[in-house]
Amino acid sequence: MIEKRAFGGIVADIIIWIIVGALALSCLMPLMNIVAISLSDNAAVSANLVNIFPIGFNISSYQEIMGDKQFWRSFGISVLRVVLGLSVNITLLVLTAYPLSKSPKFFARQKVYMSLVLFAMLFSGGLIPTFMVVNSLKLTNTIWALILPGAVPLGNVILLMNAFRGVPKSLEEAAMIDGGSQWVILLKVFLPVVKPTLAAVTLFTIVGHWNDYFSALVYITDTANYPLQTYIQQLNVDITEVTDPDKLEQLARISSRTLNSAKIVVSTIPLLMIYPFMQKYFVSGIVVGSVKE
Amino acid sequence: MKRKKDQMALHLMMLPGMILLAIFSFTPMFGIIMAFQNYMPARGIAKSPWVGMDNFIFMFQMPDSKQIFINTITIAVGKIILSTFVTIVFALLLNEIKNKFMKRSIQTIVYLPNFLSWVILATVVVNIFSYEGPINAVLEMLGIEPILFMASNKWFRSVLIVTDVWKGFGYGAIIYLAALSGIDPGLYEAAAIDGANRFKRVWHITLPGILPTIMLVTIMNLPNVLNAGFDQIFNLYNPLVMETADIIDTWVYRVGLVERQYSLGTAVGLLRSIVGIILMLSANKIAQKVTDYRIF
Repeated sequence: MIEKRAFGGIVADIIIWIIVGALALSCLMPLMNIVAISLSDNAAVSANLVNIFPIGFNISSYQEIMGDKQFWRSFGISVLRVVLGLSVNITLLVLTAYPLSKSPKFFARQKVYMSLVLFAMLFSGGLIPTFMVVNSLKLTNTIWALILPGAVPLGNVILLMNAFRGVPKSLEEAAMIDGGSQWVILLKVFLPVVKPTLAAVTLFTIVGHWNDYFSALVYITDTANYPLQTYIQQLNVDITEVTDPDKLEQLARISSRTLNSAKIVVSTIPLLMIYPFMQKYFVSGIVVGSVKE
Repeated sequence: MKRKKDQMALHLMMLPGMILLAIFSFTPMFGIIMAFQNYMPARGIAKSPWVGMDNFIFMFQMPDSKQIFINTITIAVGKIILSTFVTIVFALLLNEIKNKFMKRSIQTIVYLPNFLSWVILATVVVNIFSYEGPINAVLEMLGIEPILFMASNKWFRSVLIVTDVWKGFGYGAIIYLAALSGIDPGLYEAAAIDGANRFKRVWHITLPGILPTIMLVTIMNLPNVLNAGFDQIFNLYNPLVMETADIIDTWVYRVGLVERQYSLGTAVGLLRSIVGIILMLSANKIAQKVTDYRIF
């Protein structure tokens, strides 16, 4: 530092710390509150005494979840959906992005495919026509209804296409002289180079599938087949459909709060487990996210 | 050098994706026809009666449509303005913190809400804004009557805007932090030698340094003026606040899918996506002109 910290500098530092600290706490405390509620005594929760530390610490709500068959069924469906959805998304992502990354000189129909992809990115039939297509294919109530309509991740295709274009030409030419087919070149030459992009896309895709509650709400009619987020969303519904303000307060206060909070905590654990791995890719994630919408 | 087997391989790679796009992207586009019909599920698209622009005329004559449009724009624009402000201020302040460990820890915490779904965060928001929640506890200490935030048409939109900004400001700051790290440290040293104080340095060096990013983000937000945030509102609203919180997207879902008025829902959805596309293309054009950046 060139200048000596003047008194004004110290005051400014304190103000900065207070504001940034308050913002950080505002993100942390509500989440701690949920954890605290899930570990507290029902009576203390009903009386609204719990802040960020549990009162009357007990794990009875977690024990109750352990025996909750529907909760674990939904949990399993979510896991299956992530595994299937991720495999389908990544496979189609690589297969679609690679030919698109070729120049029209090399791949004669590149421009046609590219305009189809851009067209699909810009226009969509919308919620209701898509629902009717899924319905007429008899996919309703199957896990494929949650995976196939979004199977080609168009925004990420553009992202990976650009990453493929960044691969040095010489690598490809050398492989071609060796007589490798496009499949071999894709697997052996291109994929290893774009690993960081693929890793970022993978993590964001996992989060997307895990967090999606809406497609199941539309496409799954048998509530026993709901994935976890839709299952939890249904727990909130009884609160949002009440018309009387007093009743709304009452419902929010009843003792199922500890149990619901525990369900929320358990449903968030898988996300927290991959969160540390995502840190590395946040900046590239911004790009993934921005082209996705 | 074009080799025939290469062409075949590349076509083969495109095939699965193209089939899926044909089924789930291109086929639904024909469903747009329903917007100009009185669609009856028993008859299908081929045999449903045509009604021309009736659905659109009905849409504009509906007593609710003005309110729904106002709600959408108010909530969306409120979110854009507040989030731009909070995100930039947060990025600037965080940039002033030199302790690497603290900086990283704060980043880890504030990015987290962005990755949680509104299904989860709805519970968090209801807890905080409930009648006996912490916000009302603070109001009570200040001698203010407690407020039923989640059931008040006066307050509900503000709750939506504030909580949405809360979810996204940390993660949104990343793009500004990246821009801030690109500013030449030599500029600060030179300014310090010239006697510029901290505030002046932020005003004359830091802000101009991230101005292109601010402009780009603002332009790219243009299409979002119609995007008030379906997931958030869907998980938080209730019949009591329908008057101020019902937006185009929630309306289309309720009327189109739940009440099965397929034609009307499709018509409203179509109009919304056409305006959305126009906004997106304009944003792309403006961004290209102003900052040399384009998405597609």
